[in-house]
Amino acid sequence: MTSTTENPALEDLIGRRYAHGFVTDIESDTVPPGLSEDTIRFISAKKGEPEFLLEWRLKAYRHWLTLREPRWAKVHHPPIDYQAISYYSAPKAPQGPRSIDEVDPKLLETYEKLGIPLHERARLAGVAVDAVFDSVSVTTTFKDRLSAVGVIFCSFSEAVREHPELVRKYLGTVVPYRDNYFAALNSAVFTDGSFVYIPQGVRCPMELSTYFRINQAKTGQFERTLIIAEEASHVSYLEGCTAPQREENQLHAAVVELVALRDATIKYSTVQNWYPGDEEGRGGIYNFVTKRGDCRGANSRISWTQVEAGSAITWKYPSCILRGENSVGEFYSVAVTNNLQQADTGTKMIHIGRNTRSTIVSKGISAGRAQNAYRGLVKILPTAENARNYTQCDSLLMGARCGAHTFPYMEVRNPTAVVEHEATTSRIGDDQLFYCRQRGLSTEDAVNLIVNGFCKQVFRELPMEFAVEAQNLLNVSLEGAVG
Amino acid sequence: MNSPLLQVAGLRVAVGGKEILTGLDLTVRAGEVHAIMGPNGSGKSTLAHVLAGREGYEVTGGSASYRGQDLLAMAPEERARAGIFLGFQYPIEIPGVSNVYLLRSALNARRAARGESEIDAAGFLRLVRDKARLMQMDESFLQRGVNEGFSGGEKKRNEIFQMAVLEPTLAILDETDSGLDIDALKVVANGVNSLRSAERSFVLVTHYQRLLDYIRPDFVHVLAGGRIIRTGDRTLALELEAGGYDQVLAAAAS
Repeated sequence: MTSTTENPALEDLIGRRYAHGFVTDIESDTVPPGLSEDTIRFISAKKGEPEFLLEWRLKAYRHWLTLREPRWAKVHHPPIDYQAISYYSAPKAPQGPRSIDEVDPKLLETYEKLGIPLHERARLAGVAVDAVFDSVSVTTTFKDRLSAVGVIFCSFSEAVREHPELVRKYLGTVVPYRDNYFAALNSAVFTDGSFVYIPQGVRCPMELSTYFRINQAKTGQFERTLIIAEEASHVSYLEGCTAPQREENQLHAAVVELVALRDATIKYSTVQNWYPGDEEGRGGIYNFVTKRGDCRGANSRISWTQVEAGSAITWKYPSCILRGENSVGEFYSVAVTNNLQQADTGTKMIHIGRNTRSTIVSKGISAGRAQNAYRGLVKILPTAENARNYTQCDSLLMGARCGAHTFPYMEVRNPTAVVEHEATTSRIGDDQLFYCRQRGLSTEDAVNLIVNGFCKQVFRELPMEFAVEAQNLLNVSLEGAVG
Repeated sequence: MNSPLLQVAGLRVAVGGKEILTGLDLTVRAGEVHAIMGPNGSGKSTLAHVLAGREGYEVTGGSASYRGQDLLAMAPEERARAGIFLGFQYPIEIPGVSNVYLLRSALNARRAARGESEIDAAGFLRLVRDKARLMQMDESFLQRGVNEGFSGGEKKRNEIFQMAVLEPTLAILDETDSGLDIDALKVVANGVNSLRSAERSFVLVTHYQRLLDYIRPDFVHVLAGGRIIRTGDRTLALELEAGGYDQVLAAAAS
């Protein structure tokens, strides 16, 4: 027995095991590093895009050149050399949409290893998957079953080819290319991503999911996802992401746009597990993502649920524009940072319509020397009569060398609004650990139990199929956080 | 006859360089109920914590063995799995973790240590319902977060409920009676009494004699200055109640 004020177990922050750090040895078609209008023309040509899209990309690029990297987030990193990144990398294979039998077995094996079987017989029951590998989508499952009810679920590239009118109508209407530095960059160079269209009155019969995998070194992944829910439709979508273990940092700058029309519901869940870097902070993904949903129609609802466990740096604020009357925005987040990870994440709820409501539940967990910030904006415009917001921000600290920060912003410009904010910060105490251990639990199990209890409000929002996965991911992420 | 379940000999324990236990001897055999009484600051809670393996205490001398094993070398969870239960003076809250979830994890950790399989859901539910009834606890307690928003009395009752489910071999109850009204005290005592058996032993750490009206101890020890200065039967507790600790301490000193 030792006599320290600090639990020595809590101090002993070591070894975290990242299960997805392997590299797939596959021949890839990778453009040399560098970014210019030529790069963009190359990507656009590679994908056989219509002229309007190339023009849009170039406008975004020219705008991006006038911008500077944002500096307001509570994250630190050496300058990113945008000329040192390769903007396109795809496994060598025949172009265009293809059946599962034509997909390189090495790719199938990769997804198998990640627990995402793409083969017909082994598929996750009730979940359709779009598998994005570096810059391209390799396959999308259950497309036939979905198209039978009119649901379009395909890669973004395919949507550009097959449904250009829908892409043209909605692309950039929620996140314009002028929105911010990383959104502008993404708009210029995005390569693939998922596209979802749910027709009027349809309740999507299965969970839709995209699995993003970065494989190639020195590349960035810039995907773009667009989900459109027509009137009175319903969809639940989930994304997952992993990357190999590497010493250098890799950039991931995605844009996600959601459009919910009258009476439509979109539930968007993320289990983010990009490579977080090692214990000394070497390597890991820079995850700079813009996600926004537009509750365009009355009574529409957009719900974001995220479990952010990976990445060296996470910079993302999935937001809702509550334009339609009685529309509802929700944000449920668990952000875990261990070792030297940094997270600056939160949401924006912009209330425009009457009787709009929003709920924010944010759970930040910091261990090691990590820094975890919640940053949120609740904005009530003068038109938002009777708007309601409830915000709850809880931080859990493990050990004495990590940090938790909360930056809530509120802008209320209608006197009928009711805005509530609650925040707590707690530490996994020696008392709680000892209590659990006295009941027979190991330290590791005790930590998992306490952390899962802390995150329960968020986990219960995840689709059933993924709640367990998220819980396990959290346990792995904090492995070694207490010795 | 039988070898002791717990044998503490000459135990010396310091906290932050200050010696709290100064050579404590205690022998507990299977089936016995021991009450440890003493004034505030005499080292009662320190003894309970050290036996359960709480960190932050420095053992500077003596020994403690449990079923012939060196107790002090065991991690807290090993002690728990070997059948030692500590009823906390101040039970800890674990928000978001239901009572049953903690109990099930605890029970399965013990079973795994004994090489048994996990308890089946139906059997577990039956067990916790039975024990909840014994403790006159509403079933809604089972689903509530561990001690989350419980009153002081509810927390203590929950400790005994956990003990009833986990069925320890040696239960150390640290001031379980403090802060209880008379009805709650009876429920708690009833829970303890129903668990008394020839194989199970109890160490009741208490400041007041009151608890011993309901749980009859085989031995009463007076702890003062970090060691046991007097041992007797339950009449010693009555003597303490009548004359106070000062009288007993003075008698022991002379």
